[in-house]
Amino acid sequence: MTDVPTPTGKPELIKPKPVFRLDLWIWAGIVLVLGAMLVHALFTNPNFRWDVVAQFLFDARVIKGVGWTLLLTLAAMAIGIVLAVTTAVMRMGTNPVLRGVAWAYIWFFRGTPIYTQLVFWGLLPVLYPKLSLGVPFGPEFFVFTTQEVINAAVAAILGLGLNEGAYLSEIVRSGLNSVDKGQWEAATALGMRHGTVLRRIIIPQAMRVIVPPTGNETISMLKTTSLVLAVPFTYELTFVTNAIGNKNFLPVPLLLVAVIHYLVITSVLMVGQTHLERYYGRGFEGQPSGRPQNKRAARQQAIGASGTVNDVTNLEVTP
Amino acid sequence: MTQQPMVDIRGVHKFFGDLHVLAGIDLQVAPGEVCVLMGPSGSGKSTLLRCINEMEQISAGRVYVDGMLMGLREVVKDGRSVLYRLKDSEIAAQRSRIGMVFQRFNLFPHLTAVENVMEAPVQVKKMPKPQAREMAMTQLERVGLSDRADHYPAQLSGGQQQRVAIARALAMTPELMLFDEPTSALDPELVGEVLGVMRELAASGMTMIVVTHEVGFAKEVADHVVFMDGGVVIADGSAAETIENPTHPRAVEFFGKVL
Repeated sequence: MTDVPTPTGKPELIKPKPVFRLDLWIWAGIVLVLGAMLVHALFTNPNFRWDVVAQFLFDARVIKGVGWTLLLTLAAMAIGIVLAVTTAVMRMGTNPVLRGVAWAYIWFFRGTPIYTQLVFWGLLPVLYPKLSLGVPFGPEFFVFTTQEVINAAVAAILGLGLNEGAYLSEIVRSGLNSVDKGQWEAATALGMRHGTVLRRIIIPQAMRVIVPPTGNETISMLKTTSLVLAVPFTYELTFVTNAIGNKNFLPVPLLLVAVIHYLVITSVLMVGQTHLERYYGRGFEGQPSGRPQNKRAARQQAIGASGTVNDVTNLEVTP
Repeated sequence: MTQQPMVDIRGVHKFFGDLHVLAGIDLQVAPGEVCVLMGPSGSGKSTLLRCINEMEQISAGRVYVDGMLMGLREVVKDGRSVLYRLKDSEIAAQRSRIGMVFQRFNLFPHLTAVENVMEAPVQVKKMPKPQAREMAMTQLERVGLSDRADHYPAQLSGGQQQRVAIARALAMTPELMLFDEPTSALDPELVGEVLGVMRELAASGMTMIVVTHEVGFAKEVADHVVFMDGGVVIADGSAAETIENPTHPRAVEFFGKVL
């Protein structure tokens, strides 16, 4: 009998020295020099008038403009999401008339520039001074003065919301389509009806595909609100800062004021976006899984790990 | 014997475009019987199974389950028969009486095992949730998984997932269970536990139609074994007749390779 080697305690762990990466240091040097040049160019150029920027950054009119921009963004997204879910479900439904309506809505609002649409919303009180509820070519029950119902703010929100709904509808639809067909089969085989299958089985799983691009759309909407001057709506950030800049003959520093505010809001939204993506990315390969802290997170991880939802990576659509 | 068959398939044809998948199928399954469908892939076994619960619409013929015509209403007017397609809600009601188990399990991944089993009774039968949960726990116990009730499908092995899928189908108290290759996606060591549950289910008197390649299961459990090829039934008899003493050359060739 030869000696059987006895297992010794702990193995010696490998702790290698990392590879020296020259390219990393070269790029760091290049970026450092370029960055210094940029900072120098930004802060030493007297045309930027940073003193004026500081003076107007928290001006009451500007802050109100930020408020209106946020309100337009949120209201338009809310309308857009409701329209998107409705039209996406209509397009996947069994009623060919509703399928056609949803298709036509998307066709029109994706097929025309948002700027043109906003001009038309602004012109509505001129084109149709009175709005009435009644039978076509027959009696009218209610009559409104268009100007009173659709003022500039309502026109702006409707214009942005209807346009956004068309884009989001495609996102929702690809989300619903990304759920494995076996899920439909299992649910219908149990006797569930179309609407129940969508609501209870398909939509909860499609959320992970729908929500992250919707966050992206929100960031995009924030900047699209600057187009509502087409209505014209004159209280949002871009219009307000432009107006102040033109009055003072100092357009450049006021543009910078707008840029700073947009960047700050976008940064906040991006933090939210990152959290959403991590939340809905649970269970997919390459995502940190670990032990989820709560039931909702556990549910998302379970969906991800099951592989019944295809990851749609090309869903970055913006108007 | 005048007993009404649980499943009565008469002259069923199915076309996918120009492809003639089912070319005149006649098949009867009596209540409490276990019928095993075997045959090479592409022979139409799975399509036939899916035609029984209207997952596919048949092109010709009739399918009756417990005496009800599936997917259609037949009205005889002046000696002429007119067929009306049923409403979605009526088809859903018919389907709710037939359980189906899939090759890929198709559990709902966002629901725990017990929630998977509860879902259809709550949504379709409008059963109150506490009662549904209690009933679901009984079903999970029946398949030996009451200790996994709060696990998500992703946390279960393939065999456990398929057993939950069987419990989910049983929760609707079906009159008929359809199994579409229930063990084909499983690792070999997990096949036994699923077949065990199916064996017990057969012993409890459930009417079952099973598409499978498990010859052992067919020999042991099946009341009759149907061999299909090219969209037609080639042999229909006891396991001894169909599997062990096949007469048709295609069946001889197939079982020669499988056994």
